[in-house]
Amino acid sequence: MEKNNVHIDRNEVVIHVDNVSKSFGSLHVLRDVDVKLFKGENLVVLGRSGTGKSVLIKLISGLLTPDKGHVRVLGETVNELDERALRTLRQRIGFSFQNSALYDSMTVRENLEFPLVRNKRNLSRAEINKEVEEVLEGVGLSQAINQMPSELSGGQRKRIGIARTLILRPDIMLYDEPTAGLDPITCLDINTLINEVQERFNTSSIIITHDLACAKMVGDRMVMLLDGKFERQGTFKEIFDTDDARVKSFYDYNFIV
Amino acid sequence: MGSKIEKLLIEFARIHRFMMSFLREAVSPPYEFKEIIRQCYEIGWKSFPLISLTGFIVGFVFTKQSRPSLEDFGATSMLPALISIAIVRALAPLVTALIASGKVGSQIGAELSSMNVTEQIDAMEVSGTNPTKFLVSTRIVATTLMIPILCFYVAGIGLIGGYLSIVGKDDLSMLAFFTQVFETIAAKDVFAMVIRAVVFGFTIGFASSYVGYFSTKGTEGVGKAANSAVVSSMFLVFVEELLIVQLLALLN
Repeated sequence: MEKNNVHIDRNEVVIHVDNVSKSFGSLHVLRDVDVKLFKGENLVVLGRSGTGKSVLIKLISGLLTPDKGHVRVLGETVNELDERALRTLRQRIGFSFQNSALYDSMTVRENLEFPLVRNKRNLSRAEINKEVEEVLEGVGLSQAINQMPSELSGGQRKRIGIARTLILRPDIMLYDEPTAGLDPITCLDINTLINEVQERFNTSSIIITHDLACAKMVGDRMVMLLDGKFERQGTFKEIFDTDDARVKSFYDYNFIV
Repeated sequence: MGSKIEKLLIEFARIHRFMMSFLREAVSPPYEFKEIIRQCYEIGWKSFPLISLTGFIVGFVFTKQSRPSLEDFGATSMLPALISIAIVRALAPLVTALIASGKVGSQIGAELSSMNVTEQIDAMEVSGTNPTKFLVSTRIVATTLMIPILCFYVAGIGLIGGYLSIVGKDDLSMLAFFTQVFETIAAKDVFAMVIRAVVFGFTIGFASSYVGYFSTKGTEGVGKAANSAVVSSMFLVFVEELLIVQLLALLN
């Protein structure tokens, strides 16, 4: 599927993960990782489970701090910000969690209102309602507004999770395994939604996945994490045009097995 | 041994940081009034049936058990005075705190731990909101407000239980019973009861929130957090009771 209306500005770096290393005890997850995300771009991070893909976006959002190196997001060094500045920066970053992380004691409406009413306190009730309805319509789930998260399917939960991040109109979107655990048709819907978000809001996104169909459909550029390092970067074709057995087996498993 | 001490020091540092974070968020605007009211309802109102039953039984049984000792000295007429002192000075705050540790502590521990496991706390964090303000401060404020109210209620229900136990054997009017009760209780006893209840309420909210918020990942962690919330709350309540009793004795 071809993408339209995507404007990638390769002169503007919105995220720079600058020689970052991260370990948990004796386990070295990321080793001197260096990657840039450009304005308007969808960057896919590929890799097997446990290779540190999710750690990377948690470092970007400030949920984890690097042992070495710097993470620069929208001109700010994340690991040097105080709590208040980090909170302000986070309003410009949308984070879609693997399991959606919807607040299960709240309805869909309350889930969407939660970040809005706490970050934009001057909005009137009518404006809040309008924003919620608009963003829900954008993900095609207007009818679910009063439902509880437990009443939704996996795909619907993913969409609501994305809607909740979009309500603050972020400049950057971070997707953690957006298609994990979904059937192929729902995967296609989510991938289409990711591309729509990029086109409509001109967001720059990092998509963490091991689903190559998703990577091929949404990614403008890809990087592959192998043994804690970005060993390969480029387009889908460039990444897999190699004799490296680790890369080939990853491809074969996705498309043949 | 060295690593154990290091772990203990790290734990103390984390508790201190959590406390400072709570204090900062509890007093700084904007306030989460709606969530505090919701938590007061969950913690206070929903505990009423259990608290009522327990308070009544404690008052009734305590009176029944105390009667033979007083009978030996021909002092059964002193029962209302004895009950009122026992209930207001010790039993009401302690029983309320222990019941709340079980019911409210496990609820807070499991709820926050489950939110941690399912990344809901991280989701709040990355959306630019403050989970400590919304999840922790509201719960601690609610327990600190509701346990004293429940404590007064337990004292009242316990006294009624005591009265019903007495009228089973003696001919005593309710007016005479409560006159003796209020003649015996001093203002400082009520004050001490409120102080105890406030301290216990804060402790239950804080300890349960802490273990839930920092629970280890996984479903096993949810069970452990609920269990740990109850055990640590009860343990701290007993320790505090001991310290408060000593402190009040010194002041007296």
